[in-house]
Formats: sequence, structure tokens, C-alpha cells
Amino acid sequence: MSNTVSTAPGPAVSVKDSKQTEQRKAALAWLTIPALFFFLVFAVIPLAGVFILSFTNWDGIGAIGAAGLDNWFSVLADPGLYNSLGLTFLIMIVSWLVQTPISLLLGVFTAGSQKYRAALAVLYFLPLLLSSAAVAIAFKALLDPNFGLATGLGLPFLAQDWLGVPQLAVGLVIFVIAWQFVPFHTLIYQGGVRQIPKSLYEAAQIDGAGTIKQFFHITLPQLKYTIITSSTLMVVGSLTYFDLIFVLTGGGPGNSTRVLALDMYLRGFRANLMGPASVIAVILVIIGLALALFLQRLGGKDKQGSQLEGL
Amino acid sequence: MSTVLKSTTQEARTAPRGGSSAAKRGFGTRLRRLNIPGGLGGWLWLAVIILPIYYVVITSLKTQAGYFGQNPLSLPTEPTLENYQLVLEADFARYFMNSAIVTLGSVIPAVLISFMASFAIVRGAGRFLKLVNGMFLMGLAIPLQATIIPIYLMIIRLNLYDSLLALMLPSIAFAIPLTVLILSNFIRDVPNELFESMRLDGCSEWQTMWRLALPLTRPAIVTVAIYNGLHVWNGFLLPLVLTQSPSLRVLPLGLWTFQGEFSVNIPAVLASVVLSTLPILVLYVIGRRQLLAGLTAGFSK
Repeated sequence: MSNTVSTAPGPAVSVKDSKQTEQRKAALAWLTIPALFFFLVFAVIPLAGVFILSFTNWDGIGAIGAAGLDNWFSVLADPGLYNSLGLTFLIMIVSWLVQTPISLLLGVFTAGSQKYRAALAVLYFLPLLLSSAAVAIAFKALLDPNFGLATGLGLPFLAQDWLGVPQLAVGLVIFVIAWQFVPFHTLIYQGGVRQIPKSLYEAAQIDGAGTIKQFFHITLPQLKYTIITSSTLMVVGSLTYFDLIFVLTGGGPGNSTRVLALDMYLRGFRANLMGPASVIAVILVIIGLALALFLQRLGGKDKQGSQLEGL
Repeated sequence: MSTVLKSTTQEARTAPRGGSSAAKRGFGTRLRRLNIPGGLGGWLWLAVIILPIYYVVITSLKTQAGYFGQNPLSLPTEPTLENYQLVLEADFARYFMNSAIVTLGSVIPAVLISFMASFAIVRGAGRFLKLVNGMFLMGLAIPLQATIIPIYLMIIRLNLYDSLLALMLPSIAFAIPLTVLILSNFIRDVPNELFESMRLDGCSEWQTMWRLALPLTRPAIVTVAIYNGLHVWNGFLLPLVLTQSPSLRVLPLGLWTFQGEFSVNIPAVLASVVLSTLPILVLYVIGRRQLLAGLTAGFSK
């Protein structure tokens, strides 16, 4: 950031001038105050608050009492935590494996110039408009074994008890998440592909590289930072697939789709155990930060320095 | 002076568009050979996207008898709007109003204060601004929903529980990190000469912000406004936790309770899904070009 500022090509800036500029620049800090206020009060303080609440007992209504490390011990000893943790990572990894190739290929596809691709792209992005609640309700109806897709398409294997069998429910959740979020990541890849200098492809063509070779030797490496951006949003975002799963399965059957975010909600607002729920929230924050830092490291410092400065 | 400035801004505005269309042409010739597998995959994905939407729309127009009697994917033999009538009678107009109030009341302040912060971060200098920027960027990495319990506590203590304002305040805070990231990327693209000429004209930074940076980043502002608007409009967790009165339900929450009450009447439930999405769809049709172009540019810089 300071780079872009200091490259100002002011002709022969005098010492007095640059001092004035410096003052002007420092004075701009005031403009961040409103945003800073909201962010501190409703994001940073709550973030600190969730750490504090993890050491207290609170039922959501009455008084808050100190609990020391009790919540941490009880949650860490609860096999339910490891079920939710494993499930969250399973859904995260499988979702990434499913969504990334699809979004990348669709991004390359929609970056093409033919008219029909642009028309398809308009339709691809429709799921972006739907709320998770709407998507979940739609898929519940769609998967009805008698009056849904299975009968409509005449494909009996679709007539499963999707919400009643644990493995099927997990698979369904992953599919619906992909349905909802692939459009967004397609958009990111589309933008990334359009920024690849076309001279690279021209050079490759002169060298006689085929389409597939071009894809693996130019497109993929050039999309490195796009892949990291998309993956970061996808992976950190996967920690917050709350509403979709809440409406679609409610965490069931049993606890087979009870991911961490849902576990936090159910412990806190259904079982009225805000202390243990806060422990889960802290775990969520730690996982989110660790994953984001890890993914940024993968990208190295060079270009990312300008994009996600400070991470 | 002002005409000079105007023509330069015009250039600045049209230049990227020309560039991207040239790039597009380049890809067109390159990708034409990928057509067969690419096209096949493209159409396949289209089916995956459209089939559920098609099913929802046609089923919402069916009578109960049609739902049970017909092939699920065939068009309704006697299309009816009675499901929509039922949904509207279930107070969806009020849910719609609530959603609109919360969305506008969150997005307008969020974008405004984020724009000011982005301007300062890009144009200013100093350790304080670096720190602020770093903090906002950290916000991108943290699943902010994890803060819901302390937010619930704070909203109760502020006597805001069960009010629409309770939904707006955290929504504004949650929108700031990404909005600042995208807007500062765009402000950084404004040629420095333009800022310099404003300065030589004797404009203060405050004037420069509103008269130069704001008009030049308008596409980005529209983009982040729509993006944040979608998020708030479709948000579920905050309303679920922070409100309880039926009269304060926003659309997603209304949708959820409606499907609980009318779970036997699938056409009506799906009509509520269509109805809750309709306003967004209208916006999408109007602002599609802007939104898609802005999002691709905003995230892939």
C-alpha cells in the first residue's frame, strides 16, 4: 500500500510540500473512525467476549457465573465434539475437492467469448440469489421419493431416504452446498482467467502447445492466487454452513450432520448452555484463523502482500 | 479544468472495459477448440442448476391435487395462483417489509463507512491506518458467526432484543471487512494524477473523496452494495437468535416457520420460496451486468 502512495510522480517535490502531504495523509485516519467503531463494538469485542464466556456459566437468561475451566474440560471430554469436528473437516475437504475443479472449469468455460456462454453464465448464477433457507426447503421437496425428482425423471435410485440415512444425509449436505456455492467461485475464477495475459497463450501456440498443455502450463499456474483466494473463502466459509444444514437436516439423523457451527447453536440456544457453546465458538475461531493463515502462507508473500496485507 | 478532468475520468472508466473485451476475444479463439467437452460440461451443469429451480416454480403453480396426481416435472394442467394467495395471507408482506428495512438499514451505512475507511487506507499513510487495515483483513479469516453468543448478550443488555435494529448493527460490522477489501482495491486503481490535479485545484481530501473517488468507484460501490444486500437479505442466524416476535420476522425466518406450519402443503411452501426470491430476482435482472462484472473484478484482483 505504501508503495502505491510513494510512487506519486510529483515533479520536484519540495521538503515543505512533502511534509504537508504527510500531514494530510495522517489526518485521513479520522475517516476510518465510523467503520472502526462498528467493527470494534460488534466484531472485536464479541470476539473477546466469546473467549471470556467460555469460562462462565450462563443459561441465556439469568446471571452469568464464573466456571473456570469446567466448560473446556467437559466439552473436550465430550465425544460429541469430536464427531462435530470430524464432520466439519470432512465436509470442508470433500466440498473443496468437489467445488474447486467444477468452479475452475466453469470459470474457464464462462470466460470464453461466445454468446451462449454468457447466456449460460447468467443462469449459472441463479443459486447465488436464493437464501440458504430457500435452498434447503426446495431440496427437501425435490427429494421426496414419491412426488420429487425421482418420479419426475423416472430414476428410482434417486428415491432414497436422503434425510434418514446418515451417510446419505452427509452426501446430500455436500451436494447442496456445492449447488449453492459453486456459482460464486465460478465467478471468481472467471475473473481470474480474464486477467491472464493472452500473450502467454499466443507464445505457447507458437511453441506448438496444445489446449490441454496450455491449461496445465499457463492457466493453472496463472490462477495460483485466484485458487488461493477462492479456497480461503471456501474453507473459512465452510465453517459457517449453519443455516443450510439447520433447515435441511437439523443436524440429523441422530447427530450425523451436526457440524461445529450447528453444535454451537444447539448447545447454546436449545440446551441453554452458553458456556460450552462458547467453547465451541472459540474452537471455530481458532480453526478459521489457522486455516486462513496456512492458505496465505501457501501463496507466498509477493502478490498476496498487496491483496491481503496484514494476514 | 473540469472538462479535462471529466474526459480523463471518462477514459479511466472506459479503459478497463475495452481491455477486458479484447481479452475476451483472445479467449474466444483459444477456447473454441475446447468446445466439445467444455460445452458438454457446461450444459450438464446448467441442468443441475435449472432442474431444481424449474421444479420449485412449476410445483408452486400446482393445486394440491395436481401435486399428488401429476408427474412432478410436467407443467401444471390447471395452473393456479391460490398458493401465492395463501402465502401472502400468511403475513409475507410484513416479512418482506422487515427484510427490506433491515437490508437497506445495514447496507447503506456499511458501504458508506467502508468507503470512507477504504479511501483513508489507500490515500493515507501511517501506522494507525496500517493497523486498522490489518484488523479488517483479519475479520475476513474469522467466521464471524462464532461471535453470536456475545452479540446476543450485548443486544439483550442494550435493550435491543427483538427489534429490527438488533439485526442491523451486527450486519453492518460483519459487512465491513470484505467491503473495505474490495473498495480499496478499486480506489487504488484510480490514477494518481487525478488525485494530484484535485489537490492542485485546492480541494481538500474530504472533497476529493466525494467528488473524485466516489464517482470513479461507483461500479464497485454498486457491486458491494448488492453483494452485502444479498447476504443480509438471506441472513438466517441473526434473525433466528435476536428476534422472536412473529411481526418482526424477516423473509428467511418467515420461510422457515411457514414450511413448519404448512409442511403438508408442498405447493404453498414452494410458492413462499419463489415469492421470497422474487424481489432479488428482479434486482438481478436489472443489475446483472454490473454485479457479475463487479464481483469478478473485485475478487480476482
